[in-house]
Amino acid sequence: MSLWISGIPVEYFLILAMITFTIGVAGVLVRRSAVLIFMSIELILNSVNLVFVTFSKALHQVDGEVVVFFVMAIAASEAAIGLAIVIAIHRIKKTSFVDEMNLMKW
Amino acid sequence: MEISVLIPTLVALPLIGFLVSGLFGKWLKGFTGIFSTAVVFISFGLALVSFFLFHPMERSIPEIVTVFPWIEAGGIKVSLAYQVDQLSLYMILIITGIGALIHLYSIGYMKEDPGFTRYFAYLNLFIFSMLNLVLAENLILLFLGWEGVGLCSYLLIGFDYHKDSAANAGMKAFITNRIGDLGMLLGISLVYWYTGSVSFTAIAEAIPEVPSFRYILPLVGICFFIGAIGKSAQLPLHVWLPDAMAGPTPVSALIHAATMVTAGIFLIARLNPIFLSAPQVGHWIVIIGSVTAFFAATVGLFQNDIKKVLAYSTVSQLGYMFVAMGAGAYVAGLFHLMTHAFFKALLFLGSGSVIHALHHEQDLRNMGGLKKQMKITWITFLIGSLAISGIPPFSGFFSKDLILEKSYAYGTLFYGLGIVTALMTAFYMFRMTYLAFYGESRVSSHKATHLHESPLVMTIPLVILSIGAAITGFLEVPHFLFGGVDVLSRYFAPVFLRGIEISQMIVKQPLDAHETGATLELILVGVSVAIALSGIFIARMIFVSGKNVPDAEESHTGAKRILSKKYYVDEFYHGFIIEPIVLLGKFLADHVEKNFLDLMLRGTGRVAVAISLVLRRVQTGIVVDYAILIVFGTVIILSLFLLRGL
Repeated sequence: MSLWISGIPVEYFLILAMITFTIGVAGVLVRRSAVLIFMSIELILNSVNLVFVTFSKALHQVDGEVVVFFVMAIAASEAAIGLAIVIAIHRIKKTSFVDEMNLMKW
Repeated sequence: MEISVLIPTLVALPLIGFLVSGLFGKWLKGFTGIFSTAVVFISFGLALVSFFLFHPMERSIPEIVTVFPWIEAGGIKVSLAYQVDQLSLYMILIITGIGALIHLYSIGYMKEDPGFTRYFAYLNLFIFSMLNLVLAENLILLFLGWEGVGLCSYLLIGFDYHKDSAANAGMKAFITNRIGDLGMLLGISLVYWYTGSVSFTAIAEAIPEVPSFRYILPLVGICFFIGAIGKSAQLPLHVWLPDAMAGPTPVSALIHAATMVTAGIFLIARLNPIFLSAPQVGHWIVIIGSVTAFFAATVGLFQNDIKKVLAYSTVSQLGYMFVAMGAGAYVAGLFHLMTHAFFKALLFLGSGSVIHALHHEQDLRNMGGLKKQMKITWITFLIGSLAISGIPPFSGFFSKDLILEKSYAYGTLFYGLGIVTALMTAFYMFRMTYLAFYGESRVSSHKATHLHESPLVMTIPLVILSIGAAITGFLEVPHFLFGGVDVLSRYFAPVFLRGIEISQMIVKQPLDAHETGATLELILVGVSVAIALSGIFIARMIFVSGKNVPDAEESHTGAKRILSKKYYVDEFYHGFIIEPIVLLGKFLADHVEKNFLDLMLRGTGRVAVAISLVLRRVQTGIVVDYAILIVFGTVIILSLFLLRGL
């Protein structure tokens, strides 16, 4: 059994979400710049949002869309704080590359 | 106002005083003295009001005032409750009344002390604990107060903590008391084990009803008696009290004469159903009491320190009280407790007044002739000495004579010890009075120039106490004097009747069955007056007519040396108990701990360090590493779930 949204099968949405999620994870793992890592995280979160919205629509239930609002609000605050930290570290260490931020190392 | 409100209020007041002086004393400074004194005076006022509200002469059932439920766990239920009856009212009147006067006196005595506010905080806490002790409705609350006064005595004896002697005396009092407390705790546990309750009324009811408890009663009695020995400084746990004189003099008056040391007597009175039903224990109490009375009096004979004489005299007088309590003559014991509280507090405060005037001179050999400069102190001190020596019509005469009369009925041996003790008491008290106030002055010249009577704040308590010491004896007068007065006997009857009833059910023959005839009474009184007078006369011969001054304690030889060394009891304890324990401790510290325990503990530490040396390599501090670990970890966990089919 498969679900449809406006004539498009749900699977298409899910495949798109999977691709963006993978790009996001790959970005987090391979990029050195903290700013780019943040952008990758946004990709991950958005792919998840997409899944939520898709199912919400397909199953005619509003729950998933509610969760999306939460995710968006938290992602926004996380980006704000995260970027502030990146700027603060940049002022001291003159770099935003995460592999050079190892002050807490043993 | 109701008793149920008055009693908790009068208990709480000193606690408030303690908190205020203790927490805000820094800002209140000299005001703390006035505040702390005021709360105790108000407590005394409330105690008086509750006394009259209770109608003690008519009422036979105690009133239980429950403040709140305290401990409820398993089978045990303990409330913070107060038992208001003739006995507790009597005690709180003595404690707050004499306590208030001592507070007042302390304002003058401690005026220049840097620890002024701390002192008053402790004093208030002490009154609070003592009130809890005597008002308690159950053994647990009593024990709380019991330990509270123990703590306060530690704090107050070691008040000058920068002096080694004071700090050590504080510890000695505390530790010696703890030994007694072991007995006390065992007693409480036994009572709870056999009766399932700790409240006094329930315990009394359990005696006829629980046969197994009845069987164990002598042991219970002995346990509580050991507790009483510790608190009331009887042989062999008397050693702390003379050393306790290291505390400020008003403290000696409050704790070591008027209140705390009488807790043992109170305990026996409160648990009278137990002690009456176990007459064997009573016998031991009489023996310990009379030996202590005699023993302490002999030590008092050659002491040159004015406070040490009084300390041994306290131990000795407490011995008298124990004789009465053991013989079942509770009224006599409690009577002496009250008169003793008056005259001993008076004597201590009087000696404090002398010490104050002489700038902390306590040696009788450096006094003499003080009666000219210190008239009020002299007259009041004389009244105190006459009272303790048993000269009619002063209070000590009536109470001591009642005890002697009871001990005569109990056994002539104990009467003999009592009468010899009375002779020695009269002698050493007047030895002290004569050496301090009569004859020529031996005060060093620079101290003599400042010699002065103490301020009013100190002499007023002296005068009030001396009035008490002079007249309170008339509460209980033998038959041949105006037909006899038995106010106290009638007053206390309801408290002890229940115990007597219970004991009659159990031992058939009650302990206190002895009545003395009027003629015999007259003879006994004659003997004790003659004894007291001859004691005073001997002292007068030696120290006034003969103008003798006692020699230094170091130069004593033979029997005199044994006495001035207090029978070497302290040395004995030191050699046979303290030293071995210290040696054992040293052995454990040097060998067992170093070679065994320490190795084990250090080994544990080393293992932890070794493991962490390996584990810390995981923490690279590189964010990407962590991210990879998280991703792969998540993938692995999710695949596991998928494979298992969720």
